[in-house]
Amino acid sequence: MTKNIMIVGVGGQGSLLASKLLGHLLVTQGYDVKVSEVHGMSQRGGSVVTYVRFGDKVYSPIIDQGEADFIVSFEKLEAARWLSYLKPDGKVIVSEQETDPMPVIIGAAEYPSDLIAKMQALGVHVDAVDALGMAQQAGTAKAANLVLMGRLSRYFDFSEEIWMQAIEDCVPAKFLELNKKAFMMGRGE
Amino acid sequence: MKQLMLGNAAAARGLYEAGCSVVSSYPGTPSTEITEEAAKYDEIYCEWAPNEKVAMEVAFGAAVAGRRSFCGMKHVGLNVAADPLFTISYTGINAGMIIAVADDAGMHSSQNEQDSRHYAIAAKLPMLEPSDSAEALEFTKLAYEISEQFDTPVFLKMCTRVAHSQSIVETSERVLPELKPYEKNIAKYVMMPGNAKRRHPIVEQRTKDLIAYAETSPLNRVEMGDTSIGIITSSTSYQYAKEVFGDKACILKLGMIHPLPVQKILDFAAKVDRLVIIEELDSIIEDHCKKLGLEVTGKDVLPCIDEFSQNLIAEKLGMPVHKGKALDENIPVRPPVMCAGCPHRGLFYTLSKLKCTVMGDIGCYTLGAVAPLSAMDVTACMGASISSLHGFNKARGAESENKTVAVIGDSTFMHSGMTSLANVAYNQSNSTVIILDNSITGMTGHQQNPTTGYNIKGDPAGKIDLEALCRAMGFGRVRVVDPYDLKAVETAVREELAADEPSVIISRRPCALLKYVKHNKPLKCDADKCKSCKACMKLGCPAISMKNGKACIDQTLCVGCDVCTQLCAFGALAREEG
Repeated sequence: MTKNIMIVGVGGQGSLLASKLLGHLLVTQGYDVKVSEVHGMSQRGGSVVTYVRFGDKVYSPIIDQGEADFIVSFEKLEAARWLSYLKPDGKVIVSEQETDPMPVIIGAAEYPSDLIAKMQALGVHVDAVDALGMAQQAGTAKAANLVLMGRLSRYFDFSEEIWMQAIEDCVPAKFLELNKKAFMMGRGE
Repeated sequence: MKQLMLGNAAAARGLYEAGCSVVSSYPGTPSTEITEEAAKYDEIYCEWAPNEKVAMEVAFGAAVAGRRSFCGMKHVGLNVAADPLFTISYTGINAGMIIAVADDAGMHSSQNEQDSRHYAIAAKLPMLEPSDSAEALEFTKLAYEISEQFDTPVFLKMCTRVAHSQSIVETSERVLPELKPYEKNIAKYVMMPGNAKRRHPIVEQRTKDLIAYAETSPLNRVEMGDTSIGIITSSTSYQYAKEVFGDKACILKLGMIHPLPVQKILDFAAKVDRLVIIEELDSIIEDHCKKLGLEVTGKDVLPCIDEFSQNLIAEKLGMPVHKGKALDENIPVRPPVMCAGCPHRGLFYTLSKLKCTVMGDIGCYTLGAVAPLSAMDVTACMGASISSLHGFNKARGAESENKTVAVIGDSTFMHSGMTSLANVAYNQSNSTVIILDNSITGMTGHQQNPTTGYNIKGDPAGKIDLEALCRAMGFGRVRVVDPYDLKAVETAVREELAADEPSVIISRRPCALLKYVKHNKPLKCDADKCKSCKACMKLGCPAISMKNGKACIDQTLCVGCDVCTQLCAFGALAREEG
């Protein structure tokens, strides 16, 4: 059975490291894995999505509407944008961060209010995290990606050692402790 | 060793293992990482060429000299390299040569959605099309064998979803073939009419030989399943088809997309009740099948626009479609924007303020067309800004010359702006050309170019002096401005537009994302001083928004470029000292 994880956010937020970490961990656990990324123009502050799929045998590199087991979002509006990609029993892990898109900045549109409550009202399991705050506490706002991966790790049976090893394999030594700390803050307990 | 690898990195691994020795490319999404990854292998000589035509000719020269070579480009880059392409098909090669071309169905990062398979047909060259990273590696190695067996350059056709997806590959060691002897052969390599006439029949025979190869090659494989439906497909479409049908269909998976087999397809068709062709963009496989007299379902139900997905194929072919819940909410779009601190912003703000007509070009700065700056009128292809400005001015004369400019990045200028600038100098239009020199090739993710002074490995290299180059072409008016200095930019644009001769403005400041660029502390808005005039909002800076009627600066995004402070008449935007 293939499991599908979408990582969504705003270009430049660090979703590539998150998907690298996840992909690497899943390969070490013996799964067939596909990770689909966005490069190029969309990376410049646009809405970005990364697909991570794993199982016995994975064909399509992308996740389609109604297929995601998890949507991990760096930003509330992006979680709402991609919500239709979630399975009926899928889960949303979302940073409470709000980043205005250009139409909102220039006053051509409004940032919708109460998005988390509205998603919950649809019956969606939403796990909201102050990822930015925790990352800053860990040392840098840039580690919000690891906070979110920490939160995602709660929903999987992989041990803490397995996650730590994957982080060690994927993160430069210079930033290792900081990223481990951010991960553990997201993982909580 | 089994590992997860990006499709482009897997192709690069294939180059390494097959003993490729010379790589020359021009960056272009989604092809860039093949060359970037190849450059990490010290055994391969790699370079960024000024453009794709140069890159292809470098790779051709290396192949004729006796070493396996490679050039990579995006689909529109192949248009630039089309001139050598059609003729090196005639000469053939000596050691193997691969041309990677990466299509971008869905236009994630491109200005058109052309289908590069047409080039393989038109130039009569074999084209392999991997469907995941493992095949990207395997097909790259096989492409060299085909290249040398049939004396032809071979296309490796990638697409965004193969190039930028990671999947599992198994790597092996590098095997470096012996340097092949170079023997002078005027009849083969000098393509003047008499020789080319003798080469053309060889090309036609080669295609026949390649069709015979395609009939039996494991590149084109049949996966038997339920015979009520038979699918012919390739590339990422194969993955979507497998996702939807599993073994509930027979599949002919084509790894070589040109030339296509005949008997293999006829045999496959005979085994199934109904034939369906699943291919993104144009109807290449479908047209081939129709020429064979087969009745097929293809573009009558599947689109020739945008990329495919499993749901799209399921829906169009009457299979169950997954559905999710959507919020009943107006979700504002989030288009890409120029980064906070982008040096292009000050320049485009000025062009917008002066109501200039702007002939644009290809790069991050194409985002100058986005609201609120909206400071671009035309963008077509690499280098077109300068030549179309010249044409615009020739058509409208002084009325246009006083308010129309071309904007072109440093890398794009090296790629194909120089010849356009030569035309301005030679045929003397009173044009004002602005070179946006951010000291890097930005959009594709920071590649060096001939103006940066560094090569692909980051080592010091030759550096072309833009000012000296423009002067050598005959431009008397060449000036440099800092785009963070709005007053200086406005003065320069006004004066050069007014001048009675062609001129070049070089707007120079390194990309704010470059690692060596030092950022200032973020700015803050003093809400008491802010009069809510929204002057700062005209910059379209993603770090500035209005919160409760006052300007508010995102502390995680702001790099303290101080462009907005120059627009605030009330001194509300400032840096906390200390």
